[in-house]
Amino acid sequence: MGGNSVKAKLRKRKIKAFVSQVLANKMALFGTVVLLFFILVAIFGPLLVPFSVLEFGEVEDMLNPPGPGHILGTDDMGRDVLGYLIAGSRISLLVGALATGISMVIGTVIGIVSGYSGKAVDNVLMRITDFFLVIPWLPLMMVLAAILGTSIWNIIVVIGVTSWAGTARVVRSQTLSVRENQFVERTVSIGAGSGHIMLHHILPNVFPLVFANTILIAAAAITSETTLSFLGLGDPAHASWGMMLHYAFETGATSTGAWWYFLPPGLCVVAVVLAFTLMGYAFDEILNPKLKER
Amino acid sequence: MKDAREALVRVDGLKVHFEIREGFLSGLLSKEKKVVRAVDGVTFTIDRGEILSLVGESGSGKTTVGKAILQLVQPTEGAVVFEGAPVSQDREGLKAFRQNAQMVFQDPYQALNPRHYIIDIVAEPLDVAGLVKTSEEREQRVREALEQAGLTPADDYFYRYPYELSGGQRQRVVIAGALILGPRFIVADEPVSMLDASIRTGILKLMIHLRDTKGIAYLFITHDLSLAWLISDRIAIMYLGRVMEIGTADEIIKAGLHPYTQALMAIMPVPGQTREGERPVLEGETPNAAVEITGCKFSSRCPRATERCRQEQPELMEVAPGHSVACFPVQEEHRSSTEHIAGNE
Amino acid sequence: MKLLEVNNLKTYFKTSKGMLKAVDDVSFDLEHGEALGLVGESGCGKTTSALSIARLLPKEGRIVGGQILLDGRDVIPAPESELRRRRWTDVSIIFQGAMNALNPVMTVGKQISEAIVLHEKASEADALRKTKDLLELVEIPSDRYKHYPHEFSGGMKQRAMIAMALACDPKLIIGDEPTTALDVMIQAQILNLLERLRRELSMGMILITHDLAILGETCDKIAVMYAGKIVETGSVKDIFEDARHPYTKRLIGCFPNVKGPKTVPAGIEGFPPNLLDPPSGCAFHPRCDFACDICKAQTPEPVNVGGKHIVACHLKEARQ
Repeated sequence: MGGNSVKAKLRKRKIKAFVSQVLANKMALFGTVVLLFFILVAIFGPLLVPFSVLEFGEVEDMLNPPGPGHILGTDDMGRDVLGYLIAGSRISLLVGALATGISMVIGTVIGIVSGYSGKAVDNVLMRITDFFLVIPWLPLMMVLAAILGTSIWNIIVVIGVTSWAGTARVVRSQTLSVRENQFVERTVSIGAGSGHIMLHHILPNVFPLVFANTILIAAAAITSETTLSFLGLGDPAHASWGMMLHYAFETGATSTGAWWYFLPPGLCVVAVVLAFTLMGYAFDEILNPKLKER
Repeated sequence: MKDAREALVRVDGLKVHFEIREGFLSGLLSKEKKVVRAVDGVTFTIDRGEILSLVGESGSGKTTVGKAILQLVQPTEGAVVFEGAPVSQDREGLKAFRQNAQMVFQDPYQALNPRHYIIDIVAEPLDVAGLVKTSEEREQRVREALEQAGLTPADDYFYRYPYELSGGQRQRVVIAGALILGPRFIVADEPVSMLDASIRTGILKLMIHLRDTKGIAYLFITHDLSLAWLISDRIAIMYLGRVMEIGTADEIIKAGLHPYTQALMAIMPVPGQTREGERPVLEGETPNAAVEITGCKFSSRCPRATERCRQEQPELMEVAPGHSVACFPVQEEHRSSTEHIAGNE
Repeated sequence: MKLLEVNNLKTYFKTSKGMLKAVDDVSFDLEHGEALGLVGESGCGKTTSALSIARLLPKEGRIVGGQILLDGRDVIPAPESELRRRRWTDVSIIFQGAMNALNPVMTVGKQISEAIVLHEKASEADALRKTKDLLELVEIPSDRYKHYPHEFSGGMKQRAMIAMALACDPKLIIGDEPTTALDVMIQAQILNLLERLRRELSMGMILITHDLAILGETCDKIAVMYAGKIVETGSVKDIFEDARHPYTKRLIGCFPNVKGPKTVPAGIEGFPPNLLDPPSGCAFHPRCDFACDICKAQTPEPVNVGGKHIVACHLKEARQ
């Protein structure tokens, strides 16, 4: 009888309210603006900057400081640093996003199933989680990258698979608490199965936590990718900011003082990670209003 | 004795025991497993359209009885019989049973998922049982349920969140959710204890109205004896997992025979009544349900306890039509008075 | 001199949605050794009144008007340092669900002694002696001072909280729903205890509850609150036998009376008032059977209708 339009109207109102809350929070605003900037650059960048990244330059073009034609100078192969930077942004952000996605899905599913199921399942899942939690991620990632190879997809999987444990723990705690609520008992009493309850009752109530956690994981994922690439485990065919740093280091740009080569990618990584982190804190505040009153 | 075949619900020798997990070491060292005898042999019936109150303090097992009847908790022993047949344990049987027997919960602030719309909360039993095919049908059934629960105009409530409603309104939503499958029997676990006094009467009246128009029978669980008197046909008094006395509401209140019943009546506050001197309280507190008690559960605090009470556990015995008491001294008195009457004839 | 005089107390809360008038011009008094029952439904302002008297308001709350005279001295303008001195020695408060307020990693005795050492600058040994006395006073064997809260039952925990409240011999003890979460038998025990203590120690007592039924047996006088105001005050007899305010009458009817007819009472239609935007005039008018134009326009002033019986209602019958 028009129920759908009522729902649609309410959803619009909810989104508007959420957006206005985001805009009101300075941290979230800063984070959102910075991220939007980088995302837009990543998507539209190559259209703005005509130099193709793969275009090698002449010998005299190598490692030139910023000057006419090259706003950020050239690298050791004569390539335009700015173009390289923009192309790298695509890779860094893409890897970050996908790895985060994998990590969040694994972590949330394991967290909810572990928290809601009986002791046996919980114990098994938590021991597995502890394993991943305790292992130092960098050596693990390096070993996995060495075994699986350094293609970009492997990097994404490696990061995703090594970073879900923290999320799983946190989601499990929240699930244990949500589970005690009487509305869960009520749903059991009407004959619903565990799957229905986990999907419709636990997940929506765990979601704010998951969302805030996701953003922080994204920051960590980008840092992880940068680290791996810097150490030489990145995919040479898909150069990210981390790879730029790697090459800058390898080819001695740091010792020759070619700051335009390693400083821009470093600053970009810092900016993006900072943006994510601030957004993470801000969303935590927005979704958990009690924190705001502090 | 009433014909047990007529009864809608029959509970027979129901026991629900929980094992307590000891810590690792004490589990190794001690031989006995600690058992909490939440329900320890309960028998009663509820007829169609009848309201039976189960009254007891915390630890009496009253909530566990309600949950055991609805199969939310596994009975350890004993039978739950619904409409003449034992409640089946297979999926199909349970599904059918759940359409006939539902629960209303105590805390209206916790019984509704804060992230769901009211329409989805009320429709959930339909969704889970797969009973509606179209969204119009779903809406219509929710509308009916909300109206029956006194929330009108129903459509206004569809897309609201629980936090937008008052306590009384939320409890009506809970009731609507219990009504939507058209049950014949509702277990109401302290349905008004978290509501303000002026709101309670609305909910109580609703429940009685539903009984009068739809013939729904209730198991009304409460710790408030005066409330039980107000709303029910019969009252069963529970203590530490056993029924001590059962009878009509007036009989229990005005002529309760069990020492525990009498103790509860003696301390019951009556509005406007002043009291000279102290309230006659029972000594001590209710013992822990994990401790094994030989004999009558109440014997440690009972002013009339005899040696027999401490050795043997009394069963419910009818001392007047429909009025049964589980107490040796009371049963002795009854026996000697009937013998006396018989002797005089 | 009266033990406590509350005159025109106003306590407002600053919220993100506006000013919440939790207590809006409330007046009552208490003699030494007298017991007052403050009754009303959720949101009526009774707890806020208690917190105002004990000066334990959360930071969003502020007393914006009136006087609170404790033994003649106004405590509202007192500085925080003086308040801290007086806090447990003049007025102490037992909270609802207080048994959950016990620190699980400290012995019960230590928690009681803490208050004594803090306020009376007593030595540990003296404090321990007093603690044992207090435990006996609340009918807990004194050797249990060395036990932890989890070793106490629910009723015993509440009695321990009462002992704590008595630690500095207060003149006034406020119980905010002290028996609400307890079983009826334990409730009776606690109420017996409170009455005995009140008599033996000549303490004033304010008992805050939503359960009108227990007040008849426990208090000397009763004040009924609605939407931050007191609508009627009087002795137990005045209230139960000669209630004047429509809200009081309806409220009394809401409590089952086993000595009366077995009919479900009428209840009160409508919803509790929104304290951020209360109804104009008399806050009860939207739910009152007898409301007329003046009820919507003007807040009724309290009027004395005999002895200590005071009513705030425009109805002629109520004011005679």
